[in-house]
Amino acid sequence: MKRYILKRVGFAGISLVLLSVTIFLLVRLTGDPTVLLVEPGASQADMEAIRQQFGLDRPIWVQYGHFVSSLVRGDLGHSFYYRTPVLELYLSRLPSSLMLAAAAMAFSLVIGIPTGIIAAVRVNQWWDSAGKVFALLGLSLPSFWVGLLLILFFSVYLGWLPSSGSGTAAHLVMPAFALGWYFAAAHMRLTRSSMLDVLGSEYVKLARLKGLPEALVIGKHAFKNALIPVLTLAGINLVIMVNVAVVVETVFAWPGIGRLLYEGIAFRDFPVVQATVILNGAMVVVVSLLVDILYAVIDPRIRLAR
Amino acid sequence: MNGSRAATLPIARRLSSFRSDGFPMIPVSILGLLIFVAVFANRPPVWQQGGSEKFLLGSDHLGRDVLSRLIFGARVSIVVGFTAVLVAGVLGTGLGILSGYLGGWVDQVIMRLTDAWLALPALTFAIFLAAVVGPSEMNIVIILGSVYWTRYARVIRGEVLSLKERDFVRLAIVAGCSKRTIMKRHILPNVLNSAIVLGTLMLGVVVVTEAALSFLGVGVPPPKPAWGLMLADGKKGMMAGYWWLTVLPGCCIMFMVLSANLLGDWLRVKLDPQLRQL
Repeated sequence: MKRYILKRVGFAGISLVLLSVTIFLLVRLTGDPTVLLVEPGASQADMEAIRQQFGLDRPIWVQYGHFVSSLVRGDLGHSFYYRTPVLELYLSRLPSSLMLAAAAMAFSLVIGIPTGIIAAVRVNQWWDSAGKVFALLGLSLPSFWVGLLLILFFSVYLGWLPSSGSGTAAHLVMPAFALGWYFAAAHMRLTRSSMLDVLGSEYVKLARLKGLPEALVIGKHAFKNALIPVLTLAGINLVIMVNVAVVVETVFAWPGIGRLLYEGIAFRDFPVVQATVILNGAMVVVVSLLVDILYAVIDPRIRLAR
Repeated sequence: MNGSRAATLPIARRLSSFRSDGFPMIPVSILGLLIFVAVFANRPPVWQQGGSEKFLLGSDHLGRDVLSRLIFGARVSIVVGFTAVLVAGVLGTGLGILSGYLGGWVDQVIMRLTDAWLALPALTFAIFLAAVVGPSEMNIVIILGSVYWTRYARVIRGEVLSLKERDFVRLAIVAGCSKRTIMKRHILPNVLNSAIVLGTLMLGVVVVTEAALSFLGVGVPPPKPAWGLMLADGKKGMMAGYWWLTVLPGCCIMFMVLSANLLGDWLRVKLDPQLRQL
Protein backbone atom coordinates (compact mmCIF):
# COMPACT_ATOMS: atom_id res chain seq x y z
CA MET A 1 0.00 0.00 0.00
CA LYS A 2 2.75 2.41 1.00
CA ARG A 3 4.64 1.58 -2.16
CA TYR A 4 1.60 2.18 -4.30
CA ILE A 5 0.96 5.58 -2.72
CA LEU A 6 4.61 6.58 -3.09
CA LYS A 7 4.49 5.58 -6.74
CA ARG A 8 1.35 7.61 -7.41
CA VAL A 9 2.77 10.61 -5.57
CA GLY A 10 5.91 10.29 -7.69
CA PHE A 11 3.86 10.28 -10.91
CA ALA A 12 1.89 13.30 -9.73
CA GLY A 13 5.18 15.04 -8.97
CA ILE A 14 6.42 14.31 -12.49
CA SER A 15 3.18 15.72 -13.89
CA LEU A 16 3.60 18.93 -11.90
CA VAL A 17 7.24 19.33 -12.92
CA LEU A 18 6.32 18.73 -16.56
CA LEU A 19 3.51 21.27 -16.27
CA SER A 20 5.82 23.94 -14.88
CA VAL A 21 8.61 23.18 -17.36
CA THR A 22 6.22 23.28 -20.33
CA ILE A 23 4.66 26.57 -19.32
CA PHE A 24 8.03 28.07 -18.47
CA LEU A 25 9.63 27.01 -21.76
CA LEU A 26 6.67 28.00 -23.91
CA VAL A 27 6.71 31.51 -22.54
CA ARG A 28 10.48 31.80 -22.95
CA LEU A 29 10.93 30.16 -26.34
CA THR A 30 8.05 31.50 -28.40
CA GLY A 31 9.35 35.05 -28.46
CA ASP A 32 10.47 37.73 -26.05
CA PRO A 33 8.83 36.97 -22.68
CA THR A 34 9.11 40.62 -21.66
CA VAL A 35 6.45 41.42 -24.24
CA LEU A 36 4.07 39.02 -22.46
CA LEU A 37 5.05 39.93 -18.90
CA VAL A 38 4.94 43.67 -19.34
CA GLU A 39 1.74 45.67 -19.67
CA PRO A 40 0.68 46.55 -23.18
CA GLY A 41 2.01 49.99 -24.02
CA ALA A 42 4.79 49.96 -21.42
CA SER A 43 7.88 52.10 -21.84
CA GLN A 44 11.39 50.87 -22.59
CA ALA A 45 12.39 51.54 -18.97
CA ASP A 46 9.52 49.39 -17.67
CA MET A 47 10.64 46.54 -19.91
CA GLU A 48 14.18 46.85 -18.56
CA ALA A 49 12.81 46.76 -15.02
CA ILE A 50 10.86 43.57 -15.77
CA ARG A 51 13.95 42.01 -17.33
CA GLN A 52 15.87 42.80 -14.16
CA GLN A 53 13.10 41.58 -11.87
CA PHE A 54 12.68 38.21 -13.59
CA GLY A 55 16.37 37.88 -14.39
CA LEU A 56 15.62 37.35 -18.07
CA ASP A 57 19.23 38.09 -18.99
CA ARG A 58 20.54 35.21 -16.89
CA PRO A 59 20.92 31.52 -17.97
CA ILE A 60 17.69 29.62 -18.49
CA TRP A 61 18.07 27.17 -15.56
CA VAL A 62 18.58 30.09 -13.15
CA GLN A 63 15.39 31.57 -14.55
CA TYR A 64 13.58 28.26 -14.07
CA GLY A 65 14.76 28.06 -10.44
CA HIS A 66 13.47 31.57 -9.90
CA PHE A 67 10.16 30.68 -11.56
CA VAL A 68 9.63 27.56 -9.41
CA SER A 69 10.67 29.22 -6.17
CA SER A 70 8.19 32.03 -6.67
CA LEU A 71 5.50 29.45 -7.54
CA VAL A 72 6.19 27.57 -4.32
CA ARG A 73 6.01 30.83 -2.33
CA GLY A 74 2.58 31.41 -3.87
CA ASP A 75 3.76 34.45 -5.80
CA LEU A 76 2.07 34.15 -9.19
CA GLY A 77 2.50 37.74 -10.24
CA HIS A 78 0.18 40.74 -10.36
CA SER A 79 -2.75 41.19 -12.68
CA PHE A 80 -2.30 44.12 -15.06
CA TYR A 81 -6.01 44.75 -15.19
CA TYR A 82 -7.16 44.26 -11.61
CA ARG A 83 -3.94 45.47 -9.96
CA THR A 84 -4.07 42.72 -7.35
CA PRO A 85 -2.04 39.54 -6.79
CA VAL A 86 -3.26 36.85 -9.17
CA LEU A 87 -3.51 34.23 -6.43
CA GLU A 88 -6.02 36.40 -4.52
CA LEU A 89 -8.03 36.89 -7.69
CA TYR A 90 -8.04 33.16 -8.37
CA LEU A 91 -9.13 32.27 -4.84
CA SER A 92 -11.90 34.86 -4.89
CA ARG A 93 -13.33 33.28 -8.07
CA LEU A 94 -12.90 29.68 -6.94
CA PRO A 95 -16.14 29.44 -4.87
CA SER A 96 -18.31 30.46 -7.85
CA SER A 97 -16.60 27.91 -10.05
CA LEU A 98 -17.01 25.15 -7.49
CA MET A 99 -20.65 26.04 -6.98
CA LEU A 100 -21.33 25.85 -10.70
CA ALA A 101 -19.41 22.58 -10.98
CA ALA A 102 -21.26 21.09 -8.01
CA ALA A 103 -24.64 22.04 -9.47
CA ALA A 104 -23.67 20.66 -12.89
CA MET A 105 -22.38 17.49 -11.26
CA ALA A 106 -25.59 17.01 -9.28
CA PHE A 107 -27.58 17.48 -12.46
CA SER A 108 -25.42 15.07 -14.45
CA LEU A 109 -25.66 12.37 -11.78
CA VAL A 110 -29.41 12.78 -11.32
CA ILE A 111 -29.88 12.33 -15.07
CA GLY A 112 -27.02 9.97 -15.82
CA ILE A 113 -27.31 7.29 -13.13
CA PRO A 114 -31.03 6.43 -13.40
CA THR A 115 -31.01 6.43 -17.20
CA GLY A 116 -27.87 4.29 -17.17
CA ILE A 117 -29.48 1.78 -14.84
CA ILE A 118 -32.68 1.63 -16.86
CA ALA A 119 -30.65 1.13 -20.06
CA ALA A 120 -28.69 -1.72 -18.46
CA VAL A 121 -31.72 -3.45 -16.97
CA ARG A 122 -33.68 -3.17 -20.21
CA VAL A 123 -30.65 -3.83 -22.38
CA ASN A 124 -31.33 -3.83 -26.14
CA GLN A 125 -34.89 -2.68 -25.65
CA TRP A 126 -36.53 0.65 -26.41
CA TRP A 127 -35.14 2.36 -23.29
CA ASP A 128 -31.62 1.30 -24.13
CA SER A 129 -31.85 2.70 -27.66
CA ALA A 130 -33.28 5.96 -26.34
CA GLY A 131 -30.38 6.07 -23.88
CA LYS A 132 -27.89 5.53 -26.69
CA VAL A 133 -29.35 8.43 -28.66
CA PHE A 134 -29.22 10.60 -25.56
CA ALA A 135 -25.59 9.67 -24.89
CA LEU A 136 -24.62 10.36 -28.49
CA LEU A 137 -26.34 13.75 -28.46
CA GLY A 138 -24.76 14.58 -25.12
CA LEU A 139 -21.30 13.83 -26.41
CA SER A 140 -21.84 15.63 -29.73
CA LEU A 141 -23.41 18.95 -28.72
CA PRO A 142 -20.80 21.54 -27.75
CA SER A 143 -21.63 22.85 -24.27
CA PHE A 144 -21.41 26.52 -25.26
CA TRP A 145 -23.92 26.01 -28.04
CA VAL A 146 -26.32 24.27 -25.63
CA GLY A 147 -25.86 27.32 -23.41
CA LEU A 148 -26.63 29.72 -26.25
CA LEU A 149 -29.74 27.74 -27.24
CA LEU A 150 -30.93 27.78 -23.63
CA ILE A 151 -30.52 31.57 -23.52
CA LEU A 152 -32.40 31.90 -26.79
CA PHE A 153 -35.29 29.80 -25.57
CA PHE A 154 -35.62 30.55 -21.86
CA SER A 155 -34.37 34.14 -21.77
CA VAL A 156 -35.13 35.69 -25.13
CA TYR A 157 -38.23 33.74 -26.18
CA LEU A 158 -39.91 32.81 -22.90
CA GLY A 159 -38.20 35.36 -20.65
CA TRP A 160 -38.23 32.99 -17.68
CA LEU A 161 -34.58 32.93 -16.67
CA PRO A 162 -31.84 35.60 -16.52
CA SER A 163 -29.44 35.26 -19.43
CA SER A 164 -26.26 36.10 -17.54
CA GLY A 165 -24.74 36.99 -14.20
CA SER A 166 -24.98 35.27 -10.85
CA GLY A 167 -26.51 35.69 -7.42
CA THR A 168 -29.78 33.82 -7.31
CA ALA A 169 -30.65 30.18 -7.88
CA ALA A 170 -32.33 31.15 -11.15
CA HIS A 171 -28.95 32.29 -12.46
CA LEU A 172 -27.48 28.87 -11.80
CA VAL A 173 -30.01 26.75 -13.69
CA MET A 174 -28.93 27.28 -17.30
CA PRO A 175 -25.13 27.25 -16.80
CA ALA A 176 -25.40 24.09 -14.71
CA PHE A 177 -27.51 22.41 -17.37
CA ALA A 178 -25.21 23.44 -20.22
CA LEU A 179 -22.12 22.29 -18.35
CA GLY A 180 -23.66 19.10 -16.95
CA TRP A 181 -25.17 17.97 -20.24
CA TYR A 182 -22.02 16.37 -21.64
CA PHE A 183 -21.16 14.78 -18.30
CA ALA A 184 -24.68 13.40 -17.89
CA ALA A 185 -24.11 11.44 -21.12
CA ALA A 186 -20.68 10.26 -19.97
CA HIS A 187 -22.04 9.16 -16.58
CA MET A 188 -24.95 7.42 -18.26
CA ARG A 189 -22.62 5.44 -20.49
CA LEU A 190 -20.42 4.38 -17.62
CA THR A 191 -23.36 3.48 -15.35
CA ARG A 192 -24.77 1.32 -18.11
CA SER A 193 -21.59 -0.61 -18.81
CA SER A 194 -20.68 -0.95 -15.14
CA MET A 195 -24.20 -2.11 -14.32
CA LEU A 196 -24.06 -4.67 -17.16
CA ASP A 197 -20.79 -6.01 -15.72
CA VAL A 198 -22.28 -6.35 -12.27
CA LEU A 199 -25.52 -7.92 -13.53
CA GLY A 200 -23.48 -10.69 -15.16
CA SER A 201 -21.50 -11.44 -11.99
CA GLU A 202 -21.79 -14.50 -9.75
CA TYR A 203 -23.21 -12.77 -6.71
CA VAL A 204 -26.07 -11.27 -8.67
CA LYS A 205 -26.83 -14.71 -10.12
CA LEU A 206 -26.77 -16.08 -6.58
CA ALA A 207 -29.12 -13.36 -5.38
CA ARG A 208 -31.51 -14.25 -8.17
CA LEU A 209 -31.22 -17.98 -7.43
CA LYS A 210 -32.08 -17.31 -3.80
CA GLY A 211 -35.35 -16.04 -5.18
CA LEU A 212 -34.95 -12.39 -4.24
CA PRO A 213 -37.36 -10.08 -6.02
CA GLU A 214 -35.80 -8.41 -9.05
CA ALA A 215 -36.18 -4.91 -7.57
CA LEU A 216 -34.10 -5.95 -4.56
CA VAL A 217 -31.45 -7.63 -6.72
CA ILE A 218 -31.01 -4.50 -8.77
CA GLY A 219 -31.50 -1.95 -6.02
CA LYS A 220 -29.44 -3.57 -3.30
CA HIS A 221 -26.94 -5.99 -4.82
CA ALA A 222 -26.17 -4.61 -8.25
CA PHE A 223 -26.66 -0.87 -7.85
CA LYS A 224 -24.23 -0.33 -4.97
CA ASN A 225 -21.37 -2.10 -6.70
CA ALA A 226 -22.04 -0.58 -10.07
CA LEU A 227 -21.83 2.85 -8.49
CA ILE A 228 -18.13 2.66 -7.48
CA PRO A 229 -16.56 3.40 -10.90
CA VAL A 230 -19.21 6.04 -11.62
CA LEU A 231 -18.46 7.94 -8.43
CA THR A 232 -14.72 7.69 -9.04
CA LEU A 233 -15.18 9.22 -12.47
CA ALA A 234 -17.47 11.85 -10.98
CA GLY A 235 -14.72 12.86 -8.55
CA ILE A 236 -12.28 13.52 -11.36
CA ASN A 237 -14.97 15.05 -13.54
CA LEU A 238 -15.75 17.66 -10.90
CA VAL A 239 -12.29 19.17 -11.42
CA ILE A 240 -12.47 18.68 -15.17
CA MET A 241 -15.72 20.65 -15.04
CA VAL A 242 -14.00 23.62 -13.40
CA ASN A 243 -11.61 23.54 -16.36
CA VAL A 244 -14.10 22.97 -19.16
CA ALA A 245 -16.42 25.61 -17.71
CA VAL A 246 -14.42 28.38 -19.37
CA VAL A 247 -16.74 28.41 -22.40
CA VAL A 248 -19.96 28.06 -20.42
CA GLU A 249 -18.86 30.74 -17.96
CA THR A 250 -18.08 33.03 -20.87
CA VAL A 251 -21.51 32.46 -22.39
CA PHE A 252 -23.36 33.19 -19.14
CA ALA A 253 -20.90 35.76 -17.73
CA TRP A 254 -20.58 33.52 -14.67
CA PRO A 255 -17.90 35.00 -12.37
CA GLY A 256 -15.78 31.87 -12.01
CA ILE A 257 -12.25 30.83 -12.89
CA GLY A 258 -13.12 30.15 -16.51
CA ARG A 259 -14.38 33.69 -16.88
CA LEU A 260 -11.16 34.91 -15.25
CA LEU A 261 -9.15 32.99 -17.85
CA TYR A 262 -11.28 34.48 -20.63
CA GLU A 263 -10.81 37.99 -19.26
CA GLY A 264 -7.09 37.31 -19.02
CA ILE A 265 -7.05 36.50 -22.74
CA ALA A 266 -9.37 39.33 -23.74
CA PHE A 267 -7.45 42.01 -21.78
CA ARG A 268 -4.04 40.55 -22.69
CA ASP A 269 -3.46 40.07 -18.98
CA PHE A 270 -0.77 37.42 -19.24
CA PRO A 271 -0.02 36.80 -15.51
CA VAL A 272 -3.69 35.89 -15.03
CA VAL A 273 -3.66 33.42 -17.94
CA GLN A 274 -0.43 31.79 -16.77
CA ALA A 275 -1.52 31.50 -13.14
CA THR A 276 -4.95 30.12 -14.02
CA VAL A 277 -3.45 27.41 -16.20
CA ILE A 278 -0.86 26.45 -13.58
CA LEU A 279 -3.37 26.34 -10.72
CA ASN A 280 -6.01 24.49 -12.76
CA GLY A 281 -3.43 21.94 -13.90
CA ALA A 282 -2.17 21.47 -10.36
CA MET A 283 -5.74 21.02 -9.15
CA VAL A 284 -6.42 18.26 -11.70
CA VAL A 285 -3.17 16.48 -10.85
CA VAL A 286 -3.78 16.61 -7.10
CA VAL A 287 -7.41 15.49 -7.30
CA SER A 288 -6.59 12.57 -9.62
CA LEU A 289 -3.90 11.57 -7.15
CA LEU A 290 -6.38 11.64 -4.26
CA VAL A 291 -8.95 9.67 -6.26
CA ASP A 292 -6.32 7.06 -7.20
CA ILE A 293 -5.30 6.62 -3.58
CA LEU A 294 -8.88 6.51 -2.34
CA TYR A 295 -9.71 3.92 -4.96
CA ALA A 296 -6.77 1.77 -3.90
CA VAL A 297 -7.93 1.96 -0.29
CA ILE A 298 -11.38 0.73 -1.33
CA ASP A 299 -10.26 -1.91 -3.83
CA PRO A 300 -7.19 -4.03 -2.98
CA ARG A 301 -7.01 -5.40 -6.53
CA ILE A 302 -5.78 -2.02 -7.74
CA ARG A 303 -2.91 -1.57 -5.34
CA LEU A 304 -1.73 -5.16 -5.81
CA ALA A 305 -1.78 -5.03 -9.60
CA ARG A 306 1.48 -3.97 -11.15
CA MET B 1 -9.95 -10.74 -37.10
CA ASN B 2 -12.79 -9.30 -39.03
CA GLY B 3 -10.56 -6.54 -40.30
CA SER B 4 -7.82 -8.84 -41.57
CA ARG B 5 -10.34 -10.96 -43.43
CA ALA B 6 -11.88 -7.91 -45.01
CA ALA B 7 -8.46 -6.73 -46.09
CA THR B 8 -8.02 -9.74 -48.35
CA LEU B 9 -11.40 -9.38 -50.04
CA PRO B 10 -11.74 -7.61 -53.37
CA ILE B 11 -13.10 -4.10 -53.15
CA ALA B 12 -16.56 -4.93 -54.49
CA ARG B 13 -17.09 -7.77 -52.05
CA ARG B 14 -15.84 -5.59 -49.25
CA LEU B 15 -18.29 -2.85 -50.13
CA SER B 16 -21.18 -5.29 -50.24
CA SER B 17 -20.17 -6.72 -46.87
CA PHE B 18 -20.16 -3.14 -45.57
CA ARG B 19 -23.70 -2.66 -46.73
CA SER B 20 -24.97 -5.88 -45.24
CA ASP B 21 -23.71 -4.79 -41.83
CA GLY B 22 -25.74 -1.59 -41.86
CA PHE B 23 -23.36 0.87 -43.46
CA PRO B 24 -23.85 4.22 -41.70
CA MET B 25 -25.20 6.07 -44.73
CA ILE B 26 -26.36 9.18 -42.88
CA PRO B 27 -23.09 10.12 -41.11
CA VAL B 28 -21.06 9.31 -44.19
CA SER B 29 -23.27 11.42 -46.42
CA ILE B 30 -23.22 14.36 -43.99
CA LEU B 31 -19.43 14.21 -43.76
CA GLY B 32 -19.28 13.75 -47.52
CA LEU B 33 -21.48 16.78 -48.09
CA LEU B 34 -19.37 18.89 -45.72
CA ILE B 35 -16.17 17.83 -47.47
CA PHE B 36 -17.78 18.52 -50.84
CA VAL B 37 -18.83 22.05 -49.92
CA ALA B 38 -15.44 22.60 -48.27
CA VAL B 39 -13.63 21.66 -51.48
CA PHE B 40 -15.82 23.69 -53.81
CA ALA B 41 -16.29 26.65 -51.47
CA ASN B 42 -14.40 29.08 -53.69
CA ARG B 43 -17.34 29.31 -56.09
CA PRO B 44 -19.95 31.87 -55.06
CA PRO B 45 -23.40 30.34 -54.49
CA VAL B 46 -25.52 30.65 -57.67
CA TRP B 47 -28.49 32.13 -55.88
CA GLN B 48 -26.41 35.09 -54.77
CA GLN B 49 -27.12 36.72 -58.15
CA GLY B 50 -30.85 36.84 -57.42
CA GLY B 51 -32.31 40.02 -55.86
CA SER B 52 -34.53 39.35 -52.88
CA GLU B 53 -33.43 35.82 -52.14
CA LYS B 54 -29.85 37.07 -52.04
CA PHE B 55 -29.25 35.75 -48.54
CA LEU B 56 -30.81 32.32 -48.42
CA LEU B 57 -30.13 31.85 -44.73
CA GLY B 58 -30.07 35.54 -43.83
CA SER B 59 -27.11 37.77 -43.19
CA ASP B 60 -25.12 38.78 -40.12
CA HIS B 61 -24.57 42.20 -38.52
CA LEU B 62 -22.05 43.14 -41.20
CA GLY B 63 -24.38 42.10 -44.01
CA ARG B 64 -22.39 38.96 -44.81
CA ASP B 65 -24.31 36.01 -46.19
CA VAL B 66 -24.68 33.38 -43.48
CA LEU B 67 -24.98 30.42 -45.85
CA SER B 68 -21.74 31.08 -47.66
CA ARG B 69 -19.98 31.74 -44.36
CA LEU B 70 -21.28 28.41 -43.09
CA ILE B 71 -19.97 26.73 -46.21
CA PHE B 72 -16.57 28.38 -45.94
CA GLY B 73 -16.65 27.56 -42.24
CA ALA B 74 -16.93 23.90 -43.19
CA ARG B 75 -13.59 24.28 -44.93
CA VAL B 76 -11.95 25.69 -41.81
CA SER B 77 -13.39 23.00 -39.57
CA ILE B 78 -12.51 20.20 -41.94
CA VAL B 79 -8.99 21.40 -42.72
CA VAL B 80 -8.18 22.10 -39.07
CA GLY B 81 -9.97 18.96 -37.85
CA PHE B 82 -8.38 16.51 -40.26
CA THR B 83 -4.85 17.90 -40.08
CA ALA B 84 -4.95 18.13 -36.27
CA VAL B 85 -6.16 14.53 -36.04
CA LEU B 86 -3.41 13.55 -38.47
CA VAL B 87 -0.71 15.38 -36.50
CA ALA B 88 -1.91 13.87 -33.22
CA GLY B 89 -2.23 10.45 -34.86
CA VAL B 90 1.24 10.41 -36.40
CA LEU B 91 2.85 11.64 -33.18
CA GLY B 92 0.87 9.34 -30.90
CA THR B 93 1.10 6.25 -33.10
CA GLY B 94 4.83 6.73 -33.62
CA LEU B 95 5.52 7.16 -29.93
CA GLY B 96 3.17 4.27 -29.07
CA ILE B 97 5.00 1.91 -31.43
CA LEU B 98 8.43 2.99 -30.18
CA SER B 99 7.36 2.68 -26.57
CA GLY B 100 5.64 -0.68 -26.99
CA TYR B 101 8.23 -2.34 -29.21
CA LEU B 102 11.49 -1.06 -27.77
CA GLY B 103 10.40 -1.33 -24.13
CA GLY B 104 12.93 -0.60 -21.42
CA TRP B 105 13.81 2.99 -20.61
CA VAL B 106 12.32 4.30 -23.87
CA ASP B 107 8.99 2.84 -22.79
CA GLN B 108 9.36 4.30 -19.29
CA VAL B 109 10.16 7.79 -20.56
CA ILE B 110 7.39 7.88 -23.16
CA MET B 111 4.74 6.45 -20.87
CA ARG B 112 5.57 8.77 -17.96
CA LEU B 113 5.39 11.65 -20.40
CA THR B 114 2.03 10.38 -21.68
CA ASP B 115 0.65 9.99 -18.16
CA ALA B 116 1.80 13.45 -17.17
CA TRP B 117 0.38 14.94 -20.34
CA LEU B 118 -2.95 13.12 -19.91
CA ALA B 119 -3.27 14.58 -16.43
CA LEU B 120 -3.22 18.14 -17.75
CA PRO B 121 -6.59 19.68 -18.55
CA ALA B 122 -6.74 19.66 -22.36
CA LEU B 123 -8.94 22.69 -23.02
CA THR B 124 -7.24 25.01 -20.52
CA PHE B 125 -3.86 23.97 -21.82
CA ALA B 126 -4.91 24.54 -25.41
CA ILE B 127 -6.16 28.01 -24.45
CA PHE B 128 -2.84 28.77 -22.80
CA LEU B 129 -0.86 27.60 -25.83
CA ALA B 130 -3.08 29.64 -28.11
CA ALA B 131 -2.64 32.71 -25.91
CA VAL B 132 1.15 32.35 -26.03
CA VAL B 133 1.72 31.56 -29.70
CA GLY B 134 -1.07 33.74 -31.06
CA PRO B 135 -4.08 32.77 -33.14
CA SER B 136 -3.74 31.27 -36.60
CA GLU B 137 -5.04 28.15 -38.31
CA MET B 138 -1.57 26.61 -38.42
CA ASN B 139 -1.05 27.19 -34.69
CA ILE B 140 -4.42 25.66 -33.85
CA VAL B 141 -3.46 22.51 -35.72
CA ILE B 142 -0.16 22.28 -33.85
CA ILE B 143 -1.83 22.99 -30.51
CA LEU B 144 -4.60 20.42 -30.97
CA GLY B 145 -2.10 17.87 -32.25
CA SER B 146 0.21 18.37 -29.31
CA VAL B 147 -2.63 18.19 -26.80
CA TYR B 148 -4.41 15.09 -28.11
CA TRP B 149 -1.60 12.68 -29.14
CA THR B 150 -1.62 10.93 -25.75
CA ARG B 151 -4.77 8.91 -26.41
CA TYR B 152 -3.20 7.31 -29.47
CA ALA B 153 0.05 6.57 -27.64
CA ARG B 154 -1.76 4.69 -24.85
CA VAL B 155 -3.95 2.53 -27.07
CA ILE B 156 -1.30 1.81 -29.73
CA ARG B 157 1.29 0.85 -27.13
CA GLY B 158 -1.11 -1.71 -25.67
CA GLU B 159 -1.69 -3.21 -29.10
CA VAL B 160 2.02 -3.34 -29.88
CA LEU B 161 2.73 -5.17 -26.62
CA SER B 162 0.52 -8.06 -27.71
CA LEU B 163 1.60 -7.94 -31.37
CA LYS B 164 5.23 -8.22 -30.29
CA GLU B 165 4.61 -11.71 -28.95
CA ARG B 166 3.00 -12.98 -32.15
CA ASP B 167 4.72 -15.55 -34.36
CA PHE B 168 5.15 -13.34 -37.42
CA VAL B 169 7.12 -10.81 -35.42
CA ARG B 170 9.28 -13.50 -33.84
CA LEU B 171 9.88 -14.96 -37.28
CA ALA B 172 10.95 -11.55 -38.55
CA ILE B 173 13.42 -11.26 -35.67
CA VAL B 174 14.82 -14.73 -36.42
CA ALA B 175 15.06 -13.81 -40.10
CA GLY B 176 17.31 -10.96 -39.08
CA CYS B 177 15.11 -7.94 -39.74
CA SER B 178 16.24 -4.74 -38.09
CA LYS B 179 14.07 -3.24 -35.38
CA ARG B 180 13.21 -0.40 -37.71
CA THR B 181 11.99 -2.73 -40.44
CA ILE B 182 9.90 -4.74 -38.00
CA MET B 183 8.25 -1.64 -36.62
CA LYS B 184 7.61 -0.24 -40.07
CA ARG B 185 6.63 -3.34 -42.03
CA HIS B 186 5.14 -5.66 -39.42
CA ILE B 187 3.85 -3.59 -36.51
CA LEU B 188 2.62 -0.38 -38.16
CA PRO B 189 0.19 -1.98 -40.66
CA ASN B 190 -1.34 -3.99 -37.83
CA VAL B 191 -2.07 -1.01 -35.61
CA LEU B 192 -3.39 1.22 -38.40
CA ASN B 193 -6.96 -0.01 -37.91
CA SER B 194 -7.02 1.14 -34.32
CA ALA B 195 -5.37 4.40 -35.25
CA ILE B 196 -8.04 5.08 -37.87
CA VAL B 197 -10.87 4.26 -35.47
CA LEU B 198 -9.38 6.51 -32.80
CA GLY B 199 -8.81 9.21 -35.39
CA THR B 200 -12.45 9.20 -36.45
CA LEU B 201 -13.59 9.46 -32.84
CA MET B 202 -11.02 12.18 -32.16
CA LEU B 203 -12.30 14.20 -35.13
CA GLY B 204 -15.41 15.10 -33.14
CA VAL B 205 -13.41 16.13 -30.08
CA VAL B 206 -11.01 18.20 -32.17
CA VAL B 207 -13.79 20.00 -34.07
CA VAL B 208 -15.53 20.95 -30.81
CA THR B 209 -12.27 22.13 -29.26
CA GLU B 210 -11.43 24.21 -32.31
CA ALA B 211 -14.91 25.75 -32.18
CA ALA B 212 -14.50 26.48 -28.47
CA LEU B 213 -11.10 28.11 -29.02
CA SER B 214 -12.43 30.20 -31.89
CA PHE B 215 -15.46 31.13 -29.78
CA LEU B 216 -13.14 32.40 -27.04
CA GLY B 217 -11.10 34.39 -29.53
CA VAL B 218 -7.92 32.32 -29.37
CA GLY B 219 -8.67 30.07 -32.32
CA VAL B 220 -9.01 30.93 -35.96
CA PRO B 221 -8.50 34.73 -36.32
CA PRO B 222 -11.63 36.84 -37.10
CA PRO B 223 -12.09 37.56 -40.79
CA LYS B 224 -12.10 33.80 -41.47
CA PRO B 225 -15.57 32.27 -41.24
CA ALA B 226 -15.04 29.59 -38.58
CA TRP B 227 -18.19 28.19 -36.96
CA GLY B 228 -16.97 28.98 -33.46
CA LEU B 229 -16.29 32.58 -34.47
CA MET B 230 -19.72 32.86 -36.04
CA LEU B 231 -21.25 31.74 -32.75
CA ALA B 232 -19.24 34.37 -30.88
CA ASP B 233 -20.45 37.03 -33.35
CA GLY B 234 -24.01 35.73 -33.21
CA LYS B 235 -24.07 36.05 -29.43
CA LYS B 236 -24.12 39.85 -29.78
CA GLY B 237 -27.33 39.82 -31.79
CA MET B 238 -29.01 37.07 -29.81
CA MET B 239 -30.92 39.33 -27.43
CA ALA B 240 -32.24 41.30 -30.42
CA GLY B 241 -33.81 38.15 -31.81
CA TYR B 242 -31.31 37.26 -34.57
CA TRP B 243 -31.67 33.60 -33.67
CA TRP B 244 -30.31 32.19 -36.94
CA LEU B 245 -26.82 33.55 -36.23
CA THR B 246 -26.68 31.31 -33.17
CA VAL B 247 -28.66 28.28 -34.25
CA LEU B 248 -27.17 27.62 -37.69
CA PRO B 249 -23.41 27.47 -37.00
CA GLY B 250 -24.11 25.29 -33.97
CA CYS B 251 -26.16 22.94 -36.13
CA CYS B 252 -23.21 22.59 -38.48
CA ILE B 253 -20.87 21.76 -35.59
CA MET B 254 -23.39 19.30 -34.20
CA PHE B 255 -23.91 17.51 -37.51
CA MET B 256 -20.20 17.22 -38.13
CA VAL B 257 -19.42 15.91 -34.65
CA LEU B 258 -22.42 13.60 -34.63
CA SER B 259 -21.39 12.14 -38.00
CA ALA B 260 -17.81 11.66 -36.88
CA ASN B 261 -18.96 9.91 -33.70
CA LEU B 262 -21.41 7.65 -35.51
CA LEU B 263 -18.87 6.76 -38.16
CA GLY B 264 -16.23 6.14 -35.50
CA ASP B 265 -18.55 3.86 -33.53
CA TRP B 266 -19.41 1.92 -36.63
CA LEU B 267 -15.77 1.61 -37.73
CA ARG B 268 -14.82 0.48 -34.25
CA VAL B 269 -17.24 -2.41 -34.33
CA LYS B 270 -16.36 -3.17 -37.94
CA LEU B 271 -12.58 -3.01 -37.87
CA ASP B 272 -11.61 -3.93 -34.38
CA PRO B 273 -13.79 -5.98 -32.06
CA GLN B 274 -11.25 -5.50 -29.28
CA LEU B 275 -11.87 -1.78 -29.17
CA ARG B 276 -15.61 -2.17 -28.52
CA GLN B 277 -15.04 -1.68 -24.82
CA LEU B 278 -13.22 1.59 -25.31
